[in-house]
Amino acid sequence: MATIIGGLTSSHIPAVGNAIHNKLFDDPYWKPFFDGYPPIREWLDHHKPDVAINIYNDHGLGFFLDRMPTFAIGAAAEYRNEDEGWGIPKLDPFPGDPELSWHIIESMVADEFDITSCQELAVDHGFTVPMQLFWPGAPNNPAMPRTVPISANTVQHPIPTLKRALDFGKALRKALLSYPKDVKIVVMGTGGLSHQLDGQRAGFINKSFDQMCMEKIVSAPEELTHISRRELVEKAGAQGTEFLMWMMMRGALGDTVVPLEKNYHIPISNTGAGTMLLECAA
Amino acid sequence: MAAEPFDQHADIPGTTIFDGKQAMKGYALNKMCYSFNSAENRAEYLRDPEAYFVKYGLREDQKQACRDKNVLAMIAAGGNIYYLAKFAGIYKLSVQDVGAQQTGMTTEQFKEKLKRAGD
Repeated sequence: MATIIGGLTSSHIPAVGNAIHNKLFDDPYWKPFFDGYPPIREWLDHHKPDVAINIYNDHGLGFFLDRMPTFAIGAAAEYRNEDEGWGIPKLDPFPGDPELSWHIIESMVADEFDITSCQELAVDHGFTVPMQLFWPGAPNNPAMPRTVPISANTVQHPIPTLKRALDFGKALRKALLSYPKDVKIVVMGTGGLSHQLDGQRAGFINKSFDQMCMEKIVSAPEELTHISRRELVEKAGAQGTEFLMWMMMRGALGDTVVPLEKNYHIPISNTGAGTMLLECAA
Repeated sequence: MAAEPFDQHADIPGTTIFDGKQAMKGYALNKMCYSFNSAENRAEYLRDPEAYFVKYGLREDQKQACRDKNVLAMIAAGGNIYYLAKFAGIYKLSVQDVGAQQTGMTTEQFKEKLKRAGD
């Protein structure tokens, strides 16, 4: 049977893609951010997951406003990274696991989550940057797991509620644990934390709110579901709504998790950057 | 009877919630910006921006905001920041440049403001 071994969170800021390309790991601006990753890589090296469920939000590469799925699940044999228009280097395609994808889709829809299935899906920095951080050289890292991308809409309001995001994660857990194959799975929640790119409030970052979220997501994620979408925009910034991905990830991990690694740094680009490793109780 | 407003539409100073109303207002502008994912389209735009505006059916307020590279005006015209970022990319503007422009600061001042958020 499939097992879920843990959850990973990471910001997915495009500038990180460029910093990786330019190998700025020891640059004083970048070092406090990059230093959060080696301990998580060691854990991954030790546990060797077969599959990484990558929960991210598309930013206008895979989807446009003509058709905007609230929750989309990839069901492709590979996922291409394409030109996003502003020059982060393009990566090779990431290997998928369509059989697992369809199992998840069947299970989620049976559980009354009306999702959009995608047999082709171009993946943007929201997906690729965390992959590069956790598996350097991705996708050309020998330990690269197969992947199922899941994208939630944070581009166009109305966006899902935090409660719906957590519930989605719980249904995802049920789907994964009912998969008959012997696979080890990690679930990634990417994006955030607080940031706002647009308007006179551009540059808004909220350290205390981010730290509260990083604390509560470990042992009291249900409490976070009381935050309304308005409050989330107000306290996390207009693009800080990406915290929804963290909630989806958390729902998939079950009741008890052990926080093994935690890093938070301001600023990376315009963002409060949070990185966590949550191990599932054995 | 007017529909009840949903909670996330409430006013947050300096913030435009990109909801259905904005989506209707900005569709042509956002569609043009989305097209900039393609290098070929970016080159076509740069050869003749005015013709490109017409091709995508931009309104005059949207054209003027683009000519001025004025991000606040583009948002007021229905632009969504994720697509506008692709427009900014054509002119090699970083998200800090865009932030500085919207808040009336120099890029250096804006970067300093971001750094101070960590204190």
